[in-house]
Amino acid sequence: MAQKDTFFADTYGIAPGNLEQYLAAALSDGGDYADLYFEHTTTSSVMMDESLVKSASEGISMGCGVRVLAGEQTGYAYTDDLEPAKILKAARIAARIASGPARVSTVGLSAVEPPRNFYPVASAPTDRGLEEKLNLVRRADAAARAYDPRIQQVRVSYGDQIRHVLIVGSDGRAVPDIQPLVRLSVFAIARQNGSFHSGSYGGGGRVGLEFFADDHSPEHYAREAARQAIVQLGAREAPAGEMEVVLAPGWPGILLHEAIGHGLEADFNRKGISAFSGRVGQRVASEMCTVVDDGTVPARRGSLNVDDEGAPTRQTVLIESGILRGYMQDKLSAGLTRAERTGNGRRESYEHIPMPRMTNTYMLAGQEDPQEIIRSVKRGLYAVYFGGGQVDITNGKFVFSASEAYVIENGKITAPVKGATLIGDGPTVLTCVTAVGNDLRLDPGIGTCGKDGQSVPVGVGIPTIKVSQLTVGGTAPRASSSFS
Amino acid sequence: MPQEQLEQIANDLVERAVRGGASAADAVVSEADEFSVTVRMRHIESLKEAASKALGLRVFIGQRSASSYSSDFSKPALDRLVERTLVMAKITSEDPQSGLPEARELGHYDGDLQLYFGDVAALSTTERLDLARRAEEAALSFNPRIQNSEGATFDSTTGAKAYANSHGFSGSYRFSTCALSVVPVAVNGGGMQRDYWYSVARQAGTLDPPEAIGRKAAARAIAKLGARKIGTCRVPVIFDAETARTLVGHVFEAVRGDSVYRSASFLAGKLDEQVAGENVTVLDDGLRLSGFGSRPFDDEGVPASSTAVIENGLLRNYLLNTYAARKLHLRTTGNASRGVAGPPAVGPKNFYLAPGKHLLAEMIRSVKQGLLVTELIGFGVNIVTGDYSRGAAGMWIENGELAYPVEEITIAGTLPEMLRHITEIGSELEFRGSIAAPPIRVEGLTVAGL
Repeated sequence: MAQKDTFFADTYGIAPGNLEQYLAAALSDGGDYADLYFEHTTTSSVMMDESLVKSASEGISMGCGVRVLAGEQTGYAYTDDLEPAKILKAARIAARIASGPARVSTVGLSAVEPPRNFYPVASAPTDRGLEEKLNLVRRADAAARAYDPRIQQVRVSYGDQIRHVLIVGSDGRAVPDIQPLVRLSVFAIARQNGSFHSGSYGGGGRVGLEFFADDHSPEHYAREAARQAIVQLGAREAPAGEMEVVLAPGWPGILLHEAIGHGLEADFNRKGISAFSGRVGQRVASEMCTVVDDGTVPARRGSLNVDDEGAPTRQTVLIESGILRGYMQDKLSAGLTRAERTGNGRRESYEHIPMPRMTNTYMLAGQEDPQEIIRSVKRGLYAVYFGGGQVDITNGKFVFSASEAYVIENGKITAPVKGATLIGDGPTVLTCVTAVGNDLRLDPGIGTCGKDGQSVPVGVGIPTIKVSQLTVGGTAPRASSSFS
Repeated sequence: MPQEQLEQIANDLVERAVRGGASAADAVVSEADEFSVTVRMRHIESLKEAASKALGLRVFIGQRSASSYSSDFSKPALDRLVERTLVMAKITSEDPQSGLPEARELGHYDGDLQLYFGDVAALSTTERLDLARRAEEAALSFNPRIQNSEGATFDSTTGAKAYANSHGFSGSYRFSTCALSVVPVAVNGGGMQRDYWYSVARQAGTLDPPEAIGRKAAARAIAKLGARKIGTCRVPVIFDAETARTLVGHVFEAVRGDSVYRSASFLAGKLDEQVAGENVTVLDDGLRLSGFGSRPFDDEGVPASSTAVIENGLLRNYLLNTYAARKLHLRTTGNASRGVAGPPAVGPKNFYLAPGKHLLAEMIRSVKQGLLVTELIGFGVNIVTGDYSRGAAGMWIENGELAYPVEEITIAGTLPEMLRHITEIGSELEFRGSIAAPPIRVEGLTVAGL
């Protein structure tokens, strides 16, 4: 193959002739389409706890997944051994999803370079010396401890990976990619009068180690984690019940991921089991809301040059001025519903069947001044940071859990409150958006999304927004003194 | 690969590491055959089959350590792995508590824990497919309102795990598990609800009948139709067994030694204190036959045993691996747990809340106004502070009867208070994983809705 990245050919001697043979075996029982996903991932991580570098770890996982599509059916097999006999065996197992004589053949593979490189890094983080990585965790540890004498415990973890992939389809396309991924995270515990509170923060992306400077410096992450832990020391009970909620920019974009993102994945909609099924063209948000999924934001954690089925990623408009425009597609769903592929076919690794997944999901900036938005609230909640969220895509109910939030009283942010889960209804929550700020921000780059047991790195983003009605799951009834 | 060969690979790795300069080392090697078939709307949707293997090595140079893993078992790959791990160990910190267990702490449980049954691997693809088909069919034909499905899945894993260390310990065991699950979708007017049910077992022959699983899943989905939101209130909450299990899971997170020594648990520093009502006893049983958390030795070679965690409300023991035990000046409880990557963490054996006297039906009858929770979503649990706030769905209880389904609500409180206010514990306890609980009734929670 004439491709620039020849990792699998060079390292494992995998030649075009082999690939055609594997595809032929995969299609030998009459499948419509087959693809091979070669993966070689190396990881390294270091962890500092109690100011000691307690662990350093490296790893290699590699293998090949063979998929065969026959109508709506998928056959899948994988091997962690790249010997031709093993791959052929996997191909024959995957082939059995179909029944009949071979109908498709692949002659002449052509190497297709990804159209653009959204993550050029000077040197792969996995190749950099361990000392450099240790230095990052040491700096974070020192900065978190120096932030406040009440910081008692600090744990810092650094992890990186470099993933080489080669995706070969029976349509004759062979697409290689090299995908770096790095993260640095800090967890801090503060103590006061015998009570303990925690904070966590971090960042990363498809970047090299030079990323961790300025706003991405270990010190910045550490101070942010320590600051959250200290704020929580003074937190009162969170309010309970429906109220006006203002979301800060950045991380709170997890609202979009849970409330609408999963519900707009094409597999659920093709099967008619999503609360959004059949609703393209309908109003699902206030006209201030335009939401996109964008796999092309340079260096972002959720970005990819090509998805895990070899299709180029792109920016897909999900909601335009409040109207639902379309779904996130993988090859199977796009083919069955005659829709365009959107580069959202993703998988955790060669051991997994690809499916529609988000990349970076965010809402475009609006017009309003964020300070004005806060001033417009008489009584409500201002939510700054969130932990995880979850959704039932069939009834549309979703949750996301605030880890740092404040009460807004008469247009002013006042007391911090304990963490609380917010719950809402995906298809209607965005219709209650009554203000969109001009301050779009993306999350810091440590998000991971789970679906059907598969984890993939993703991003979210949002400007400051106001939601007129959302249920806040605190413990303090509205009439009580802690919220009046 | 025969089990003995896995053990041989583990021993070889340890030996190579020691020869290369490690003062101590241990290794895990595992292998598994994975199978999964999903049937959706009566047709095969996907069929997956594969064999995989992986190994992990941990080395010590004095009191410094490092670890590595690989799915590539070739000699050059392993040579490099050993060499790299030794290099890494030289630059980590001296940690006085690091190290393997003492040689006298090592050993195997002698009896047969019945973790492997040949009937799982012996099932033909057709038989597996048939189980999934029957489960989905039972759900689809249960009621005309079941109009769609996310499918029924049969999956199985059979494999073996080996562990060896430089104290001379070497052991391995085989295991099998299989599961059958179904996710039907019920439709009523404009509303749509899905729910699931499943059965999981180490022996295929002891799985629940597919028809029973399908019917139960369908009944659960139909029960959710017409769910409404309720007003914010403070009422008694009954957690069914599936949701009570998640609460007991939070108790596990709070008693794991690696959280305790970092003060990252609301139960840190509370040993021998009353942390729950006298009716609460929580055990971690490593010897349960065919238990999902049972194994003859843990991932550091410490033999299986049972630990009383909470006895009549008194916190008796934390769950520990060797490192956490040394940090807390205690002895390991044999709860070391590791995949192949990284150092051992702490995992549950068979961790459960001891059952009480009440049938769930009786518990519901005794509530005048309250909530039966059947589903919890989200991650709003803070183990450091014990603050608890999660999304919930279930049934409203009015005068001892299930009145109507509710959704889009949260329940919130704190775990320390919840443990003290478990007023009733159910008698129905079933192990469907390594953590189990009977239904429980908890007072004092805030239900947030309208």
